[in-house]
Amino acid sequence: MNNNTDQTQAASAKIPTLEVNDLYKRYGTLEVLKGISLTANEGDVISIIGSSGSGKSTFLRCLNLLEKPSQGSIALKGEQLELIKTSDGQLEARKRRQLESMRARIGFVFQNFNLWPHLTILENILLAQVVVKGRSKAEARERAEALLEKVGLAGKARAYPGHLSGGQQQRIAIARTLAMDPEVLLFDEPTSALDPELVNEVLGVMQALAEEGRTMLIVTHEMRFARDVSSQVMFLHQGRVEEFGPPSQVFTQPNSDRCKAFLSSHL
Amino acid sequence: MDLHGFGHLLLAGTWITLKLAFTSLFFGLILGLLGAAAKLSPIRILRWIATTYTTLIRGIPELLLVLIIYFGTTEILLRMFDKYIEISAFAAGVTALSIAFGAYATEVFRSALQEIPKGQRESAMAIGMTRWQTFSRILLPQLWRVALPGLGNLFLVLLKDTALVSVIGLDDLMRQAYVAAGFTKLPFTFYLMAALIYLLLTIISMQVIRLLEKRANRPWQGARS
Repeated sequence: MNNNTDQTQAASAKIPTLEVNDLYKRYGTLEVLKGISLTANEGDVISIIGSSGSGKSTFLRCLNLLEKPSQGSIALKGEQLELIKTSDGQLEARKRRQLESMRARIGFVFQNFNLWPHLTILENILLAQVVVKGRSKAEARERAEALLEKVGLAGKARAYPGHLSGGQQQRIAIARTLAMDPEVLLFDEPTSALDPELVNEVLGVMQALAEEGRTMLIVTHEMRFARDVSSQVMFLHQGRVEEFGPPSQVFTQPNSDRCKAFLSSHL
Repeated sequence: MDLHGFGHLLLAGTWITLKLAFTSLFFGLILGLLGAAAKLSPIRILRWIATTYTTLIRGIPELLLVLIIYFGTTEILLRMFDKYIEISAFAAGVTALSIAFGAYATEVFRSALQEIPKGQRESAMAIGMTRWQTFSRILLPQLWRVALPGLGNLFLVLLKDTALVSVIGLDDLMRQAYVAAGFTKLPFTFYLMAALIYLLLTIISMQVIRLLEKRANRPWQGARS
C-alpha cells in the first residue's frame, strides 16, 4: 500500500508540468520562433531573457494560444493541446472547450496588467472563479480576500483599478490569476510598464510565489531577479534558444558569445 | 390654453410616440450590435452584408424608408398571396425606424468596440472565459460606456423621427396635432402644443442620458490616468 503510493507519486512527478516541443511562429515569410522546446517540471522557475525582437514574448503568448503558433506541440501535465492547421497556415485549438479549460489552468500575467476597469478589485478577482470555475460567490469571495491579503492589498477590495498605482494593479492581476489555482504561471514582462520605484513590490510578490514552489515562466528584463530567483534561465536570440541552464552557469560562464554580449550590456 | 377637448388626444398620441420610440430603440440597439459585430468579423460575407446595410440605409431619407416598408410590403404581400393584407402602421413604423437607428448605431458600436484595448479581451480569454463570457462580461459593459454619448444623440433624433410615421396614418403625437389643428382651425395652438411636448420629451431624455453616462463612468471617476 505504502509502496504503491510511492510509485504513483514517482510517476506523477515525472510528468512535466509544461512541455513545449519544437514551436515555430511565422508571419508570412518572417520566422519569429524557430523551433523552441522547453520542459518545465513542477516547481521550476524559468526566466526567459533576450533582447527585444528575440521572440520571448511571442513564445510565451503562443503557450496559451493568445498568439497562434505555426508548428509545434504543447502539453500541460501530460495533456496534449489538440491543434489543427487553419487556412492561413497557423495552428488553432481543435476543441474550444479544451483550450478554455487549459487556459484556466495556465495563469497569465500581462505587461499592462489588463485588469477590467469597469469592475471593482474584488469583482476582478471573483469573476472568473465564478463563471469559469463554477465556484459559489461565497467561496470565491473568501478566496479573493485571502489573496488580497497575500499581495498586501486587503484594503482595496472595493476600489476600481483606475484608482490604483501600476504596482498595485499588477499585484491585483497576479491575485486574479492565482485565484484560478493555476498549475503554471506565465509572466510576460510583468514589471516593464512600471515606474522604477514600483518594480520591487511586484518582484517581491513573485519571489514569494517562487519560494512556495510554484511553476513559473518569466519573460523579464530584470537580470538580478532572474539570477536570484530562477532555477533555469533561457536566453533567446532571433527565435532560437542560444543558451539554457541554471543561472549560475548562464550568468557567469555562458557558452554563447551572443549571450555574453547581451549580459554584459544588461548587468 | 383652450384645447377644445383635444387634450386627451394629444396625450394618447404622445403615448404612441413614446411606444414607437422605445420599441424602435430596443430593436435598433440589437441591430446595431449585430451590425458592429458583423463589420468587425473575420468573415468577409458578414462584413459585406453589414457595409451594404449601413450604406444603403444611411443613403436614403427615413421618410422614404417608412413609405417603402408600409406600402411596399403590402404590395409584395398582394402579389405573393393575391389578396390585400393590411399591415399595421405601428409595426411598419417600428421596422423602418429600427432599421434606420440600427444603421447609425452600427457605426457608433463599431468605433466604440475598437476603442476598447485589445488587452481586455486577451485577459478574459487567458483566464479561460468563453467568447460569449468575454463579450457579455468584459466587452459589453465597457462598450456601453463608450457608446452612450453617441447612442444618446441617436435616440434624440429617433424621438423626432417618429413623427414621420404619421404619414402612414399612425395616431402618434404629430398626427393627432394635425387632426386637431384641421378640425378646430387652430393650427398654431396645436402645432405649438405638439412642439412643446416633443421638446419636453427631449429634455427629459437628455437628463436620463446624462444620468446613465454618469453611472457608467463611475468606475473611472478620480482615476489616476
